[in-house]
Amino acid sequence: MAATVEAPTTTVTPVPQVVAHKVDKPATGWVSWVTTTDHKRIGIMYLVLTFAFFLMGGVEALLIRLQLAVPNNDLLTPQTYNELFTMHGTTMIFLFVVPIMAGFGNYFVPLMIGARDMAFPKLNALSFWLLAAGGLVFYASVFFSPPECGWTCYSPLSDTEYLPSGGVDAWIFLIHLTGLSSLVGSINFYATIANMRAPGMGWGRLPLFVWAILTYSVLLILALPVIAAAVTLLLTDRHFGTNFYDASNGGSPLLWQHLFWFFGHPEVYIMVLPGFGIISEVLPVFARKPIFGYKAIAAATLVIAFLGLLVWAHHMFTTPSPSLVLIFFMMSSFLIAVPTGVKIFNWIATLWRGTIEYTTSLLFAVGFIGTFLIGGITGIFVAVFPVDWQLHDTYFVVAHFHYVLMGGAVFTIFSGLYYWFPKMSGRLLSEPLGKASFWFMLIGFHVTFLVQHSAGMEGMPRRIYEYSNTNDLAALNLISTIGAFILGFGILLTLINVLKSVKGGAVAGPDPWKANTLEWFTQSPPPVNNFDAVPRIRSVEPMKDIRRQIIAQTGAAEPAYMTAMEAGRLPNDGH
Amino acid sequence: MNRIRAALDTSRLRNLMTSRRLIFTLLAVVAGALLLAPVASADLLSPESGGSPNADDIDTLYWFIFAVAAVVFVGVEGVLLYSIFKFKARKGAVPAQIRGNTRLEIGWTVGAAVILVILATLTFIKLDGIRNPPDSSANGLQLADTSRRLPPNGKSLNICVNGQQYIWRFTYAQDCKSGKNLGEPFSYEELVVPVDTTVTLDINAQDVAHAWWIPKLGGKMDAIPGYTNHTWFKIPGKLAGTTFFGQCAELCGRNHANMTARVKAVTPEQFTQWLNEQKANIKSAEEQGAAQRKQLQSGSTTNP
Repeated sequence: MAATVEAPTTTVTPVPQVVAHKVDKPATGWVSWVTTTDHKRIGIMYLVLTFAFFLMGGVEALLIRLQLAVPNNDLLTPQTYNELFTMHGTTMIFLFVVPIMAGFGNYFVPLMIGARDMAFPKLNALSFWLLAAGGLVFYASVFFSPPECGWTCYSPLSDTEYLPSGGVDAWIFLIHLTGLSSLVGSINFYATIANMRAPGMGWGRLPLFVWAILTYSVLLILALPVIAAAVTLLLTDRHFGTNFYDASNGGSPLLWQHLFWFFGHPEVYIMVLPGFGIISEVLPVFARKPIFGYKAIAAATLVIAFLGLLVWAHHMFTTPSPSLVLIFFMMSSFLIAVPTGVKIFNWIATLWRGTIEYTTSLLFAVGFIGTFLIGGITGIFVAVFPVDWQLHDTYFVVAHFHYVLMGGAVFTIFSGLYYWFPKMSGRLLSEPLGKASFWFMLIGFHVTFLVQHSAGMEGMPRRIYEYSNTNDLAALNLISTIGAFILGFGILLTLINVLKSVKGGAVAGPDPWKANTLEWFTQSPPPVNNFDAVPRIRSVEPMKDIRRQIIAQTGAAEPAYMTAMEAGRLPNDGH
Repeated sequence: MNRIRAALDTSRLRNLMTSRRLIFTLLAVVAGALLLAPVASADLLSPESGGSPNADDIDTLYWFIFAVAAVVFVGVEGVLLYSIFKFKARKGAVPAQIRGNTRLEIGWTVGAAVILVILATLTFIKLDGIRNPPDSSANGLQLADTSRRLPPNGKSLNICVNGQQYIWRFTYAQDCKSGKNLGEPFSYEELVVPVDTTVTLDINAQDVAHAWWIPKLGGKMDAIPGYTNHTWFKIPGKLAGTTFFGQCAELCGRNHANMTARVKAVTPEQFTQWLNEQKANIKSAEEQGAAQRKQLQSGSTTNP
């Protein structure tokens, strides 16, 4: 027995060190995707699924624009047209913008805070599959009769008396399933961010994207139960003889509007706040400057979320309401412009005196600021309720919320895609193709939606399948349709870019952008366990500290491993 | 070999630069066209107005906001574009490591708030003229007093507007409570009103929600089952003979797009005459109907 006892080794390492580790071979095949609880795989499934819904919603939008290209068009029947704009709105909101933010959050929140996975990996998988089920239930109605009540599904139009088909029910179940998915996901995000941050990462060192996802989660937790209750009441009104929304039996159609918008307006911030977070990550990296006013931006995020819960009735300025109510909701809507303005000023100040690298991601971020600003300004017009009496439910409002959601969410999503794609795939997206995509999207977007402000002010209401050849409506709508196809082409270019680059793009290496946050501290794509060791966090830009430390330790101006990993770097990045 | 590649790279870079310049020129042309087109055609930049003082006041308020908005827009986009071009990465350029500036940040927060206080003040100044109906003019239709929350002197021509899938019904009655306005004259789709007279509308709906909107006569108001909504207009005398067009502005079903409305302005005398004719027409139609009913009923009893 004594023979097995070995003398202590003579070379003693100063700190505990992993000398060998056994890692299971990563599972492959489709079953491994279905059964996965890895936050990165779930994140990718979220992104792929929601992007597919984005394309479907886009095709629906193009059909809508084709129908409206000329006055008195009879390309689509009124029924099909109503079905299309209902599906377009529902898809873009519930199946694209909200869940794609959860997709980015899933992939990057654990990486950015130095965690190895989400707090509840199995719940995480559940929230993805609930989303998929919601999308499936909703799109199954295509084979029967899709809903025709718009994404707002106002009662009494959504009652069985007026829309007896199952389409509205499919819509209700979509709200339930995607809502449950978001609720489960939000609790997961909250638990992860609250408990699993790297050592040293206090609340003041949390990346701004993580702040945004945290706020997104809290807003979802507050708003979703309300819409879940509202659609449940609608369901019982439709099938079980209750009269919650039926005025002729003591119910109230306005109850639906209040409940819907109590959820519906926070939903707008649920959609744009994570996008704001992406921008707050992208700008400092490509301006090579720290974010300007970190605390102000984090605080503004929280203030926007709080005020976002107090503005819902500005969607109801034309309903029978006392002046005092109108004034309250005008003032609260004004207030929300202050923190939003603060964010825009901080972003521009981040660019100021930086050395800005014109990457596609940065172009989308700047395009976002310029576009979203217009949406914010037209938001002031519609917040002034006497002016809103003219603009409400017209194409002015359609233009306004597309500037907010296309400008505020889609451009940020694309910025995030070009920024994070190298991390997720290990490959860089093509920059020339990305830039072409950006310009087509930017120009196409403004051609489509700028003129819609005028169409609305000339008397064109929303959700009409045809319009007569009065005023300038024919010209304005034709311009808008042309713009929509330019925009669609731009999106197609990014799709091609992704499909080409996922296998054939230049190898990215761990940190192609010389970024600031922890997700760039690991390989691209990251291994299943994310990090072998998590460093202690000393600032809001841990990667800068790590780079500095390596230079200090090795004495090299440019650490060897970094030059090697930056094979696919862009020119003119100043080194 | 490497040198050739480098040369190729720089030429590609230069091509990229010229193509970028081309894109910017193109963008400027498009932006210019988009900005000039509205100038060539009238009123693309503001809501419709001209048919009623509340529509005019909304238009004025809109232009106040537009002026403030234009300054903000030009200022912010200007600084954004300036910083993008001015601070583009160049060889040797060093980014300033600024993390914030408390005084500046407080400054622009207060600045934004001040702008909003100004806008709110402007709104309150204009609100009364938009929300509350004025008295009818001296040469308008002279009406009996009513006890409704109406113009200061309580006199207006009241009309009950009822939205139905997919048509508007107008009942010319002072009291719109159901049952009270039976037997009053009515019309569908076209509303006939006297000029110089304050017309108040009691708006409701009998099936789904609709929204009443004639752009030139002011803002829209929802017609919601179970609720009565109010708005008003007062067409100036010089517009007698004009017809104003509008349509339902709240999704109400498949033929939402076809739910149109017309408001025909006539002189008070013509209005009284028209109303009497309408009453007579309705009466004779009802009498005819009653006679037919009687005939049918007697026919059915004589034929066992």
